[in-house]
Amino acid sequence: MSQRLSQWIAFSLLFLATLVVVLPVVVILAIIVAKGASAISWDFLFSMPRDGMSAGGILPAILGTLYLVLGAVLFAVPLGVAAAVYLVEYSGSNRFSRLVKLAIVNLAGVPSVVYGLFGLGIFVIFFRFGASILSGALTLGIMILPVIITSAREALESVPRHFRTVSLSLGASRWQTIRHSVLPHALPGIMTGMILGLGRAAGETAPILFTVAAFYLPRLPQSIFDQTMALPYHLYVISTQVPGVPENVRYGTALVLLALVLLLNLAAIILRSRFRARKKW
Amino acid sequence: MSMGDFCIETRGLDLFYGDFQALIAVDLQVPAREVTALIGPSGCGKSTLLRVFNRMNDLIEGVRVEGTVRIDNEDIYAPGTDLLRLREKVGMVFQRPNPFPLSVVDNITFGLAVHRLAGRRQYGDLVEQALRDVLLWDDLKDRLHQSALSLSLEQQQRLCIARVLPLKPQVLLMDEPCSALDPIATLHIEDLMRKLKRDYTIVIVTHNMQQAARASDRAGFMYLGKLIEFDETARIFTHPRQELTENYISGRFG
Repeated sequence: MSQRLSQWIAFSLLFLATLVVVLPVVVILAIIVAKGASAISWDFLFSMPRDGMSAGGILPAILGTLYLVLGAVLFAVPLGVAAAVYLVEYSGSNRFSRLVKLAIVNLAGVPSVVYGLFGLGIFVIFFRFGASILSGALTLGIMILPVIITSAREALESVPRHFRTVSLSLGASRWQTIRHSVLPHALPGIMTGMILGLGRAAGETAPILFTVAAFYLPRLPQSIFDQTMALPYHLYVISTQVPGVPENVRYGTALVLLALVLLLNLAAIILRSRFRARKKW
Repeated sequence: MSMGDFCIETRGLDLFYGDFQALIAVDLQVPAREVTALIGPSGCGKSTLLRVFNRMNDLIEGVRVEGTVRIDNEDIYAPGTDLLRLREKVGMVFQRPNPFPLSVVDNITFGLAVHRLAGRRQYGDLVEQALRDVLLWDDLKDRLHQSALSLSLEQQQRLCIARVLPLKPQVLLMDEPCSALDPIATLHIEDLMRKLKRDYTIVIVTHNMQQAARASDRAGFMYLGKLIEFDETARIFTHPRQELTENYISGRFG
């Protein structure tokens, strides 16, 4: 086989593989937009559901998902970053830190429904938060912790060693070194973890199933101890549990969920690129 | 020279990395306000010795130090030594220019900020003074808020020296400060060292024997962890007492 031909075949195969990866995304998007776009209206986005969810809007589900995602991120990011800083900067490599790292890797592999049961047991029942936004956000937060910790660890480890050395050589304490010479430079990477976590928290159904999600609750939550509807669960409900919901409402809901995740990601990406613009080495 | 004129003094200094002994019974007396050069082949322990003086070796796991090291008549390995104060007093310049990826000003005020040495209102004056001391002020006075990484390598290395000065250290440790610079920039940094030694005690590690000959007042030749010979630079280079020293400076090994 000539060099030219083998090169052409290799490139074609690589291109095909890429196409196969991209195609489903495009098709999913196309179908959801085609079938759901007709449902999107001011009324759909900003009013309460009516007639057993077959009409009206999905505002409570949109807001519920926003609250849950924000709550999860507010809980998981500070905790996860703190743990990552401890693991990278303080603990060195002893048995305890290896154990913790192993635990984190395993935590990432736990099925989401198990997190749901865990949240039910701990937050809903043991801490008596009941089925509430608080319980749901904490459960989602714990679910995304491994992502946050892992990416924060990678971000911290990728900060050049000499930033720390120089800072210490100038007489900065270890905490000052972390605070001023390491963390600021790890921020873009930490944000990446946050973005991944955001998307996951917004889309998961199982963890909120037992901890917060309301089947049908046509009013807005008043406090973090209230139940709320949420988009993924609402989508599940109107697709499988309630007969007679028009197709464009179901796909419209999916479209809103998708758009919400994309918007959250976009905001985080813009934020990250602004931090990254300052980083030059 | 009587006792007490020495800025840095080591007695029977042994340093171990785990089982490996990197410094063996080093007795060294570094006079104040002179440039002292440490020369010797790679792995002879000269950088290790330099990092004893600001205890940066402490960062490496499994390091053990025996013997005494006095700086300004203070035993810096005494229990309870405040490492942060020590490093304020003993500044360090590294092999590669390594400014923080911050502005010129923020690089210089970093030390002031962590030691809370001055109010923000004095920063302007202190930055100017530090930049003047390293002869960068005229070049950079209009670029103070640019990223330090946009400077030339020589300017970056000067900035790294300037970064140490606002802490008013007594000692400047320089670990092959010119090895990343071109010959002209190297000469400039050497001129700067001659100027700075009026106010600071400078210890420099160098691979470059011409540099040691040009820029230092005293030189110590190290080999396999031992300080073989320590004397005035002129003597070391013209009348070394040890055969090893002579072999090294005449280029027979190294």
